[in-house]
Amino acid sequence: MGILNRIAGNGPAPSAPSEPLVNLSRRGFLQGSGGLVVGVFLGGVAGCSSKDAAPAPAPTPAPAAAPPPIEPTAFIRIGTDNQVTVISKHLEMGQGTFTGLATLAAEELDADWSQVTVEAAPADNSKYANTLMGVQVTGGSTAMANSHDQMRRAGAAIRSMLVGAAAAEWQVPAGEITVSKGVVSHAASGKTATFGQLAEAAAKQPVPSPTAVKLKDPKDFVLIGTLGTPRKDSKAKTDGTAMFTQDVKLDGQLVAVVAHAPSFGATLKKVDDSKAKAIAGVTAVIPFESYNGIFRAGVAVLAKNTWVAKQGRDALVLEWDESKAFQLSSADILKEFKELAAKPGAVAIKRGDVAAALKEPAKQVVAEYEFPYLAHAPMEPLNCIVTISDSGCDIVNGEQMHTPDQGSVAALLGIKPEQVRIKQMYAGGSFGRRASSKSDYVLEAAQIAKAAATQGVKAPIKMVWTREDDMRGGYYRPAMFHSVRAGLDAGGKLTGWQQRTVGQSIAKGTPFEAFMVKDGVDGTSVEGSADTRYDIPNLQVELHTIEYSMPVLWWRSVGHTHTAYVMETMIDELAQTAGQDPVAFRRGLLEKHPRHLGVLNLVAEKSGWGTPLPAVAGKKRGRGIAVHESFNTYVAEVAEVSIDADGTLTVDRVVCAVDCGLAINPDVIKAQMEGGIGFGLAAILHSEITFEKGRPVQGNFDSYPPLRLTEMPKIDVHLVASAEPPTGVGEPGTPPIGPAVANAVAAATGKRIRKLPFGDQLSA
Amino acid sequence: MTDLTINGVKQHHDGDPNMPLLWFIRDEVGMTGTKFGCGVAQCGACTVHLDGQPIRSCVTPVSVAAGKSITTIEGAASDKVGAAVQASWRKLDVVQCGYCQSGQIMSAVALLKKNKKPSDADIDTAMNGNVCRCATYARIRAAIHDAAASLA
Repeated sequence: MGILNRIAGNGPAPSAPSEPLVNLSRRGFLQGSGGLVVGVFLGGVAGCSSKDAAPAPAPTPAPAAAPPPIEPTAFIRIGTDNQVTVISKHLEMGQGTFTGLATLAAEELDADWSQVTVEAAPADNSKYANTLMGVQVTGGSTAMANSHDQMRRAGAAIRSMLVGAAAAEWQVPAGEITVSKGVVSHAASGKTATFGQLAEAAAKQPVPSPTAVKLKDPKDFVLIGTLGTPRKDSKAKTDGTAMFTQDVKLDGQLVAVVAHAPSFGATLKKVDDSKAKAIAGVTAVIPFESYNGIFRAGVAVLAKNTWVAKQGRDALVLEWDESKAFQLSSADILKEFKELAAKPGAVAIKRGDVAAALKEPAKQVVAEYEFPYLAHAPMEPLNCIVTISDSGCDIVNGEQMHTPDQGSVAALLGIKPEQVRIKQMYAGGSFGRRASSKSDYVLEAAQIAKAAATQGVKAPIKMVWTREDDMRGGYYRPAMFHSVRAGLDAGGKLTGWQQRTVGQSIAKGTPFEAFMVKDGVDGTSVEGSADTRYDIPNLQVELHTIEYSMPVLWWRSVGHTHTAYVMETMIDELAQTAGQDPVAFRRGLLEKHPRHLGVLNLVAEKSGWGTPLPAVAGKKRGRGIAVHESFNTYVAEVAEVSIDADGTLTVDRVVCAVDCGLAINPDVIKAQMEGGIGFGLAAILHSEITFEKGRPVQGNFDSYPPLRLTEMPKIDVHLVASAEPPTGVGEPGTPPIGPAVANAVAAATGKRIRKLPFGDQLSA
Repeated sequence: MTDLTINGVKQHHDGDPNMPLLWFIRDEVGMTGTKFGCGVAQCGACTVHLDGQPIRSCVTPVSVAAGKSITTIEGAASDKVGAAVQASWRKLDVVQCGYCQSGQIMSAVALLKKNKKPSDADIDTAMNGNVCRCATYARIRAAIHDAAASLA
C-alpha cells in the first residue's frame, strides 16, 4: 500500500524504514519453484525474451533423470550451456527494465554481460509481486526501486553457490575464490571454471539466506553505473524477431476485429451481419455486452486472418442505443468543470490561512488552466489473445497489471486466478494504457472468447484493435481544469496559494480506490500540487471529482501531467511579477530541498542560464525552466524556443538534469529522459481527444498528431551523481517539459498559454 | 492470383487481390517484423521496399506487388547498407519499445541507398513519415549519420 500512496505522491520516501524493499521470507525469496519456473509457461509460444527469434516450442521442465540446471531462485537460471537467464517480473515496454534487472543480477553474480539474456516471468504473485505494492504490477516508475535489492541479492546468492561448488570441487577455501566476467578462479591453484561448468554442482549447494549474502561495495561495481550494459532487446528489435502480442499466431487461432459501440454505455439495438458472413474466411460473428461498464459493447467478427476479420467488421450494419450512454460534448464538459471550480471543493491540503494571506496581497497572479483528454496511442494498438480450455484460460499479452488482470479474468470466467495463465510479450509502447485499472481490454478479449465458446467456437481468439478502436476506446488521461490564485508580499515573497482542481478521478471505482482515494480526494488528481515542496506558508488545494461513465486512466506521469504545468508556469509568472529571475525565485522557495536544488542548479549551469540566447533573424527566442519531483525522482529542464513571424513554434533545444538516486544504466536513463520529453512535447503541442455527443472525435494520427522527427529538439541530459536508492525514470522526464516550453514562449512573446494543447494559439 | 518475391523467396497469393501487402506478409507469409500501426499510411511502421523504393505496405494492395521484389526487415541484413544501419541502431541503443523500428530502419536504408551522406534536412524529408511514440528521434538521426560514416 505504501507505493500506491506514493504513486499518488502522498507516501513516504522509498528508503523509509517502515517499507523494507525486500519483505519476503527466505523460502519465498530464494527457493522459488526450482525447475518449475519455465514449466508454468503453457501454450504454443515462448514469452518475450531478449534472445527472441521465431516462436519457440513451449519449454518444459527438465526430466527428473537429467540433472536440472541451477535454478534455485525464481529470478536467475544458469544453464550448463553457460547462459545466464534473468527472469523479469516486469513488462518491457520500452523503458529498459529488462536491461536494468539484468544489470542488477549480473553485477552481483559477476557474470559477463554477453552471457546474460532476459525472459519474461509469468503472472504469479507468490514469486513476482512488486515489493512496493504486494501485487505484480509494472507501473509508477517502480521497477528499479522495488527490484534493485531483490535482484542484487538473488545474484549474490547464486554467486555464492557457484563459489561453494568450486570450493568443494577444488578442495580450496571459498574465501580464496574470485569471480570475474563469468569465470570462477582460484589463483593459487590456477584452477578456473565457467558458470556453465559449475552449474550442476552449484545446484546442489545450499541456498544461502538472502539477508546473509554480502552485497558489493558500490566502488567495486563493474556494470552498474557504466556504459557497459547495452540494451538486451536491441538486436531483436532491429532485425524483426522481437515478439509482440500482435505477432503471435497460435495453432488454430482466429482473429477478432470488433465493431465497438460508438460511446461508453451504448447498447446494441440491431445487427445485420449478412454481408459480413458472406465474406470468405469469416468464421463467426459474436455480439457481446459490456461487463460492468468496463469496456464498450461490441460485435466481434472472427476470421482466419486480420484483413478478412476487418473486412467483415466493416461490412456489419449496426444500430446502437445511446440513450443511456455517455453523451456529453467537450463544451458541456468544460462548462461543468468551470461551474464546479467556482465552488469550494474537498480539501486536499490546508496549511496556514490562505484566505487571510490572499486578502490584500501586494501583488497576485490569477489564472485558469484547461487540459484536454489525452489518448496514450502506443504504436502497437491494443490486442490480447485468449484461449479458454477445460483447464482454465491462457492469455498472451504485454501488460503492466500482471496479477490484477489475472484476477479480473478469473472473475469474469468464474475460475480461480491460478487457472489464468499469462504469457508476457514485449509491449509496443504503453505509457500506462496496458496498466488498465479495470483490465478493460483484457476483459474484452476474454468476453469475446467466452461468448464465442458458447457458440461452439473454441479456438484461441486474438483480439486486434485497429488504431481507431484504440484511440476511441476511452481510458484517457482525464481532462482537468485548474483555477489558481497566488499572492506576493511587498518584498516579492510568495505568501499564499489557492488552487481548485476539477476533473474525473482515475482511481475511483477501481480496485485501487481503497489505497488512493482518501476523504474524497484522489491523490493522483493533486499529486504535484498538494504535496509541492515549494515553501508556501499558506496553501490550500481543493478538488472537485466529477463522475462520468467514460473511463479515464493513468497516462505517463499521471497527475503530474497537469499539476506540474500549473505549478511551474505559475511560479514562473510569480517570479516575473516579483521582478525576480525564475531560477533565483525557485531557489528561494526550495532552500530545504537539496535534491530539487541539485537538479535546478545543474540544469541552470549546463544550459547557460542567464546568458543571452543567440539571435535568429525573423524569430523571437526564449528560454524557460521547470523543476519537478515525481515518483521520487527529481528533474529540471530548460527549453530554448524560437517563434517565427506567423507564430510557428520550434523547440530548438532542451537541457535536462535528473536525480534518480543510484544510476543503474546511465544510457537508459538518458534515453528515458529524451523519450519522456518527446512524449510530453507531443501532448502539449498537438494532442487532445474531444467529444461530440459522447463520441470521441479523433481516430488516427491524422487527427491526433504525434510528435515527428522534425519536431524533436536537441536534448542534453545530465545525471546528478548519487548514492541514494534508485528511483524510476520512465515517467519523471515528462512533467517538466510542458511548463519549460510554456515559460520559454512567455519569455519570447509575453504570452502565457493556459489552455492545452498549444495548437495555433501563437498564430492568433 | 499474385506472384511476388519477398526477401528473395517466391511467394504466391490466391486470395483477395485488394488485401494490403502488410497483411499478406504478416498473416500469410508469417513474417511479423513489419508492423501494423495505423492502417492509413500515417505512421510508417509498415514500411517495406518494393523494388528498392520504401512504401507503406498497409495501403498497398498485394496485387501491386505482382512480379515485384519486396524487402522486409527480415531481409535487411543481407544487404550491406541494411546491415550497417542495423549495426548503428544497436551501437547507439536507439530502440525503446521497438515496435516502429522495423519501419524506421527500412526508411533509413532506402535513404542511404540513394544518398550516401544525407544532411539533417535530407533525414527530415526521408524520415518524417515514420512515427515513434517513444520519441527515439534524436538517436534515429544520430544512427543514420553513424551508418553513413561506417559505409563511407
